[in-house]
Amino acid sequence: MGNVIDFLHANAADGLVALTVQKEAAKRFNMSMPQVENQILSLGLLPKRYARNRKTITQEKQLSLFRSNVAVVGCGGLGGYLVEELARIGIGTIIVIDPDVFEEHNLNRQLYATLTTLGGAKVAAAAQRVGEINPAVTVIPLQKAFSRDNGKCLLNQAHVVIDALDSIPIRLVLADICELMNIPLIHGSIAGWYGQVTTQFPGDRTLQKIYSGCTLEKGVEEELGNPSFSPALVASIEVAEAIKVLLNEGTTLRGKLLSINLFDMEIVDICIEG
Amino acid sequence: MKIIVKLFTTLRRGRFDQSVIEGDESMVVRHVVTMLNIPEKEAAILFITSRYAELDTVLHEGDTFAIFPPVGGG
Repeated sequence: MGNVIDFLHANAADGLVALTVQKEAAKRFNMSMPQVENQILSLGLLPKRYARNRKTITQEKQLSLFRSNVAVVGCGGLGGYLVEELARIGIGTIIVIDPDVFEEHNLNRQLYATLTTLGGAKVAAAAQRVGEINPAVTVIPLQKAFSRDNGKCLLNQAHVVIDALDSIPIRLVLADICELMNIPLIHGSIAGWYGQVTTQFPGDRTLQKIYSGCTLEKGVEEELGNPSFSPALVASIEVAEAIKVLLNEGTTLRGKLLSINLFDMEIVDICIEG
Repeated sequence: MKIIVKLFTTLRRGRFDQSVIEGDESMVVRHVVTMLNIPEKEAAILFITSRYAELDTVLHEGDTFAIFPPVGGG
């Protein structure tokens, strides 16, 4: 029996390694799927599931994403779509933080709320789903409420944090902790037909500026609720921002608040200065 | 003096998207919010010509003042 490197090279086609080959390598060489994934990418090869990423994300950058750790804080409307897209694009480790279980009123918009997950922990459903779509991704499900006391511990190891919370004061705590830990934070929030996104680097204090006059826990979503499409859209923009930050490329929403109004179909970005 | 006021998302309902408002030199953000009958808790995100503002921030001739309601769902 040869070694794993020879096996992967021998069984790659056009630089791509099929899932069956990856599984066989894991079995034959007693490795985990993430370990084989790391080996494939380190050899300059690409798991076949990323074949359609290839023109958008180079093989080298796919390896960077695999070696990245992204924390998703909140696993409801935004969080479900965030985890789904991060897993499919190939983020190696995803920390998912949410204390809640699925309830019936989540079914209108939360991707992992299904008839079978009702009553179950949201983070457990996220971990199970990722296992079904990308076995090379490691999910760390943390069924905890994010707070000032546990925040530093929960975000330990994260390279980028994505906000999917539903509380304005806890968002500000998250922003403070990301600042303390020197971690970039992608902010997104939704209410009815509306949403907003920004990207904050340590020292920017963008969220603190945006919410400086806000004393409420909830915004207008308390009255408007949230339909299915606004979390999907805002989460997708947040993921695009996270990928650009991780790969240090493209133009982000740093220093800008993107305000999305799907009712009047108006999308504007406001520059936020000091 | 004249300032341009822009309202976003839910704040437009029954009001306007953009309008010119006249006031005296001592006009602050709170005066405009009150004039437009916007509850202060709904005037959460305030920008004056791209700089974030508070209810006591003084307005100046030619300012563009943008008001967003709080959007906090996730």
